[in-house]
Amino acid sequence: MNFQGAWTWGHIRFMLEGFAVTLQVAIIAIILSFILGTLIGVLRYTRLPILSPILTIVVEALRNLPLLLIIMFVYLALPELGLRLGVFNSAIIGLTVFEMAMISEIVRGGLISVDKGQIEAARASGMTYTQTLWHIVLPQALVKMIPPTVSQFISLLKDTSLAVAIALPELMHNSQIIYNGNPSYINPILLLAALFYFVTNFLLSQFALRLERRLRY
Amino acid sequence: MLSLLIQYYPDFLRGLWTTLEASVLALIGSFAIGILIAVFRIVPFMPLNIFGRMYTEFLRNIPLLIVAFFFFHGMNAFGLNLSGFVAGTLGLTFYTSAFIAEAIRAGILAVPKGQMEAGRSTGLTYVQTMRYIILPQAIKIVIPPLGNQFLNLVKNSSILSLFAGLDLMYWGDHVASSTFKTLPVYTLVALFYLLITIPLSYFVRWLEIRLNRLPKEVAEVKTALMEG
Repeated sequence: MNFQGAWTWGHIRFMLEGFAVTLQVAIIAIILSFILGTLIGVLRYTRLPILSPILTIVVEALRNLPLLLIIMFVYLALPELGLRLGVFNSAIIGLTVFEMAMISEIVRGGLISVDKGQIEAARASGMTYTQTLWHIVLPQALVKMIPPTVSQFISLLKDTSLAVAIALPELMHNSQIIYNGNPSYINPILLLAALFYFVTNFLLSQFALRLERRLRY
Repeated sequence: MLSLLIQYYPDFLRGLWTTLEASVLALIGSFAIGILIAVFRIVPFMPLNIFGRMYTEFLRNIPLLIVAFFFFHGMNAFGLNLSGFVAGTLGLTFYTSAFIAEAIRAGILAVPKGQMEAGRSTGLTYVQTMRYIILPQAIKIVIPPLGNQFLNLVKNSSILSLFAGLDLMYWGDHVASSTFKTLPVYTLVALFYLLITIPLSYFVRWLEIRLNRLPKEVAEVKTALMEG
């Protein structure tokens, strides 16, 4: 193991460039999957006649597939249907589709957990169904959704590393490029990459903890 | 798609078997390590608490791939050349052990304090109270998250394909690249995964309902909000 040779400024900068791509992909996927996931979660909760059962099947299928398979599918199989997306977009779409299904379950779980009496009371006091959903149910569900949602975002950030399979130039990929040239760099570089992920995720989870406490009281 | 299935089903089945093998082995290993780490975090002894906390926080916040690459590439530095299957399974084991340790710890802490106090005041030792009073109650809480972790293991084991681990995903890649029919091949691989994971996820939900005697809706909420 050669820490001095591995942790040079040139290597660290190359890894930071990779980490910038990691963050970029993760942030776009987080935003997209949060919007789509919330939408699907609410739609499944409202139990619309045809749409909800279809969404249930889609969500159950996506949640139960390996993310790596979904990314490979988007990158390698969709071009057969004439959809050529490139590495960057494939990674984002693969991550978004998978996390969207996860988030929608969290949203639905949060909505179901709100006491039925709350809905009945709101409806009895003259609010419409949409008003009840927006003003009464969602705010209460939101607090319960925060911890699992953040842990889902942490998973997402970690899972961007799977895009190494389609050679997205993110942190994992760049780390491998560095240590492929010199085996004595492997462990120092893996450790450094792990620290990048760890620090970001740890800060994220601490932030979530504070947010949750503030909203609860 | 059917002709592909007929021609290549031995490869897919072999891969499916390896996937299950890796998942089961990793579950057993990570359960053993998970119990140990959970105990470390609970016993009244500071250094062990700190070690347990560092272990779980570190492993939960880094990608599984780094852990797996450590065993596949990094072990070379210590003169160990592990095969893709062994390295991948070890990676899965250590990564998952952190999540299982947290689930076990949460299960033990969920048992009301009065139970421990009552056990101790009737003359049982700390270990006896744990063994006869706390753990039997904790196990009921812990089993559904364990099932969930097994589900994650089946899905996560697909990373074995990245270093020739001979799992389902690996054979899928193999068949896809030798036939150039990527769309039907990956669809087949997806169906094979769903064949295991869908029944498993319903089983986990059923366990949650049965073991904790929860109404169906509450159980659904709990599985949906389960972390990890």
